[in-house]
Amino acid sequence: MRKNSSQTFLKEVASIPGSNKISECIQCGVCSGSCTTAAYWEHPPRKIIAMVRADMRDDVLSSNSIWFCVSCYLCTAHCPRDIRPANIMHALESLALKEGYKPPTRSPAMYKILVDSIKRNGRVHEFGFMFKYYFKTNPLAAIKMLPLAIDLLTHGRMPLMPKKVKGKDEIKAILAKVTAGGAQ
Amino acid sequence: MKYYAYYPGCSMEATAVPVELSIQAIAKPLNMDLSEIEDWTCCGSSPYGSVNKVEAITIAARILALAEKTGLDLVTACSSCYIVLSEARSLIKENAELAATVRDALAAVDLEYKGTVRVRHLVEVLFNDIGVEAIAAKVVKPLTGLKVACYHGCQQVRPRYGFDDPEMPQWLDLMAASLGAEPVPFPLKARCCGSSLIISKEDVALQLINKLLTNASENGAQCIASTTCPLCHTNLDAYQSIAKRRSKANYNLPVLAITQLIGVALGLDYQALGLHKNTVSPRDVLAPYKSKLQEVKT
Amino acid sequence: MEPKIGVYVCHCGSNIAGTVDVEQVAEYARSLPAVEIARDYKFMCSDPGQDLIKNDIRELGINRVVVASCSPQMHEPTYRRALQEAGLNPYFFEMANIREHCSWVTEDREKATEKAKALVSAAVRRVYYHQPLAANEVLINPNTLIVGGGIAGIQAALEVADSEHKVYLVEREPSIGGHMIQLDKTFPTLDCSACILTPKMSLVGAHPYIELMTYSEVEDVSGFIGNFKVKIRKKARYVDEAKCNGCGVCQTKCPWTADSEFDVGLAKRKAIYTPFAQAVPNIPVIDKDHCAYFLKGKCRACEKFCERDAINFEQVDQFVEIEVGNIILTTGYKLFDPTPLTQYGYGRLDNVITSLEFERLVNAAGPTGGKISLKDDTEPKSVAIIHCIGSRDENYHEYCSRVCCMYSMKFAHLVSEHIPEATVYEFYIDIRSAGKGFEEFYNRVLREGTTFFRGRPGEVTNVAETPEEKGKLVVQFEDTLVGRQRRIPVDMVILSCGLEPQQDAEEVARLFSISCSADGFFLEKHPKLDPVATMTDGILIAGCCQSPKDIPDTVAQASAAAARVLALISKGRVEIEATTAVIDEEKCSGCRICNLLCPYTAISFIEDKKVSRVNEALCKGCGTCVAACPSSAITQKHFTAEQIMAELEGILV
Repeated sequence: MRKNSSQTFLKEVASIPGSNKISECIQCGVCSGSCTTAAYWEHPPRKIIAMVRADMRDDVLSSNSIWFCVSCYLCTAHCPRDIRPANIMHALESLALKEGYKPPTRSPAMYKILVDSIKRNGRVHEFGFMFKYYFKTNPLAAIKMLPLAIDLLTHGRMPLMPKKVKGKDEIKAILAKVTAGGAQ
Repeated sequence: MKYYAYYPGCSMEATAVPVELSIQAIAKPLNMDLSEIEDWTCCGSSPYGSVNKVEAITIAARILALAEKTGLDLVTACSSCYIVLSEARSLIKENAELAATVRDALAAVDLEYKGTVRVRHLVEVLFNDIGVEAIAAKVVKPLTGLKVACYHGCQQVRPRYGFDDPEMPQWLDLMAASLGAEPVPFPLKARCCGSSLIISKEDVALQLINKLLTNASENGAQCIASTTCPLCHTNLDAYQSIAKRRSKANYNLPVLAITQLIGVALGLDYQALGLHKNTVSPRDVLAPYKSKLQEVKT
Repeated sequence: MEPKIGVYVCHCGSNIAGTVDVEQVAEYARSLPAVEIARDYKFMCSDPGQDLIKNDIRELGINRVVVASCSPQMHEPTYRRALQEAGLNPYFFEMANIREHCSWVTEDREKATEKAKALVSAAVRRVYYHQPLAANEVLINPNTLIVGGGIAGIQAALEVADSEHKVYLVEREPSIGGHMIQLDKTFPTLDCSACILTPKMSLVGAHPYIELMTYSEVEDVSGFIGNFKVKIRKKARYVDEAKCNGCGVCQTKCPWTADSEFDVGLAKRKAIYTPFAQAVPNIPVIDKDHCAYFLKGKCRACEKFCERDAINFEQVDQFVEIEVGNIILTTGYKLFDPTPLTQYGYGRLDNVITSLEFERLVNAAGPTGGKISLKDDTEPKSVAIIHCIGSRDENYHEYCSRVCCMYSMKFAHLVSEHIPEATVYEFYIDIRSAGKGFEEFYNRVLREGTTFFRGRPGEVTNVAETPEEKGKLVVQFEDTLVGRQRRIPVDMVILSCGLEPQQDAEEVARLFSISCSADGFFLEKHPKLDPVATMTDGILIAGCCQSPKDIPDTVAQASAAAARVLALISKGRVEIEATTAVIDEEKCSGCRICNLLCPYTAISFIEDKKVSRVNEALCKGCGTCVAACPSSAITQKHFTAEQIMAELEGILV
């Protein structure tokens, strides 16, 4: 789109790496047609893109739709204009998180806790992350998951303590530099 | 001996431990050195990209820079890490502003990313560098009569990275066939296992898992040979009983990572292959193929 | 006569004057040696502009002209003509390009003006050394070669031949007819394709001025406009064309079969075959790869039963050399193969077919006698037609293939006609129905009850999710007009595949010294104003080899190419470049390097004098020999060393 375009939301999304081709969409619908979870989306992927172009910021960022993207990339593989719809959905998720939208799904909490785990340990400590997540969002579900958790634990697939990784300090330093640079 | 800068990814240390064990176990007989990149950190996986894309690319770039230092190809078995690292590479290449941000951030920890390192998936390396014939030649216990549904998953073949078909991939089938097994037709072989929805919206993911397992079972599969992706393996294996219960189905499909299947055919010790850590026990289905091995403990 | 140079600096409106200080350049020109007069003017190419030059020639005795304006590609002929009209040899002219090479490539006024001055100085110094030259004219050969016997080639051939000039029509298949003969009905009139084409094919076969060479290919082309030499390989048919009367007994008796190319693999043909019943010529060929005699030395049934003794297994390919003045390429298209789009299941799922396959199915002379049937021979009760397969897709071809929307809707009509109770679904992104009668046809198809869904399907699958889907093909798509993903079970899926260039388009282009555009089709001289010419004079293109189009547009282009050819035949002669090479026989050492290098074989060796000589009629003035001669014995008229050095001096000084 033009530099002076009034489509501010569109420009914002297009400036996130990987989502820069959003304005080339011809609305063919193959992304929605291929989408694994389309039946659950309030607005299928193609419509979300149309809504971004129509500056419907609030509707897009508050909808539950984008959170159902499983990153199966069927949309991206099929798109005749190569605009990478999956990347656009992820970009919209990041905008929604940044602005504190609380869509009716537990994904935001999950993402935040996972990213936290990375920042703290350098790697994702799966047990810690799962524990915090269930505790925070749905303790009852955790109880249902207990047999699975025990199974994984007894099979040695759930280390209780995070590994000590020196690189976590480097991660901290890197992230500090990125934030200082004012990125996103 | 073929050397690689191996990137396991966080899940290989936890839920996907059986997969990781089998990868290291088969590396030796196949003359591959898969030493871990020193002091590796998380690549961010899908979630970080959905929280802050620039930060996510930058921490992925740290791994690329570390691998570049070794001068070897970066090889990962986790499909998600594979996509994240490949995408970071191409986005940094096409976006000058992003490249500058990455350069400054890495410089803060004395690292430099030049863009020369190749990012490869373990399955592609097994196929192109080792070769299906070479693997077949080392088989001591052909898996004759074993009907496998070869599950490739999404991120090993999509978006287009230039190897195998993005809709109907064949490589795992070819590999299974070279081990003597019988790959069955499996139309949903590259369809989603539900990915991280298993945590945030498990009923949706469980439906997808059930669809996959039903399709495999209806096509006569005795077990699944899955890609090495930790999440695919975990979703199909660890969550199988829950998926079954919710949909009232009655399949029982042990889920072996392709590296576990290769290990069995190569006559390796079952424990070394992590088979005793699989949730759905492969003991019965693999019984005819035991060579000189221990009992598979459930 | 002492050179008296006139310099004319054009403003070209603001194109040049907006960046270059044209008055300054004219002022500068006045100071150059031998410049008698220098003017600047708004539009030099206009009549008043040209009059300035002519008047100065007549009144001031100007005998060398420099125009500083646009590219010689634009107006060199204009100004040369002006000189001629004023009685001056047109080669006393030189152009300085201060537009495309100057004002259009920078916004810096100072730099542009400086460069313009340098270019004018170069032109002035060069033109001082120009010599009068006379353009040669050669007679052209009134014969025409047309390559490709589809509707484009057939149309062009008939139009040229009707003027009572000879046409050679070369076609690589055993019969003419191209793809059009494979079609059932044509949109929007629903004419039976074969019924409207076969009369033209017969005319071609019987035309006294058309020499039809089928099962033949062009091997080599040399020469230039008006005088091409073409070598053609007539592939061995193993059937004597003079004796065969097309009775067809050999085909009936032949026990060996192969996939029929005409029926797109849906039916079989014999090893000795004519591709279809109305083939022109109606003379069969023997397919060596499937004939038992050639493979195993057995059978020879055709020979046994032929009453005219026309079978000849000893035949070999024949080579024919022809001379023509013009060549029209009408080599057509290839249908996009949808196999790579694995999500639609072509080749994997039963009853997913391509558009050409459907044409054959629905055609009364086709493999099923016109019955639209599934693999199990039953009739489909529901058909899905998916648009844009391989077209409008950056993963395959970015362009739109233009005809698919219309033929898809044609299919919808044909299904409704053949199977009235069937439901037909069209899955489209946009409906492109821009031709005459096309939108009306769209309306008709809507009235007939075809269902249109706007949404490019994500996949065609046989994995059922509900009982209704069991045993069916399911099209999964987003109904974008309501914003919901839907699944429609159908019995048959037709993929509306796009048109792409022929497999060997690039090689053919090279053979004829033309180019291909980025999409792989033959490159026209100008997409808007000259779509049937190419950059190579004398080679024309028409039809789908230039870009995807329907039959009306193809016929129009074929007629356009024919008109171009007839114009040249009518004129009878063509001007040859005057800027030919000349060999100074005193200096020539007889090494013959130039003989081998000349791309136009224009240089011959005179045995008794032991020197080489350039044939002016063949020389195109490319300069290769001039540069290569180790004795510097060759000069190129209008590009002498003196002239070039002077030009360089002008730039550098």
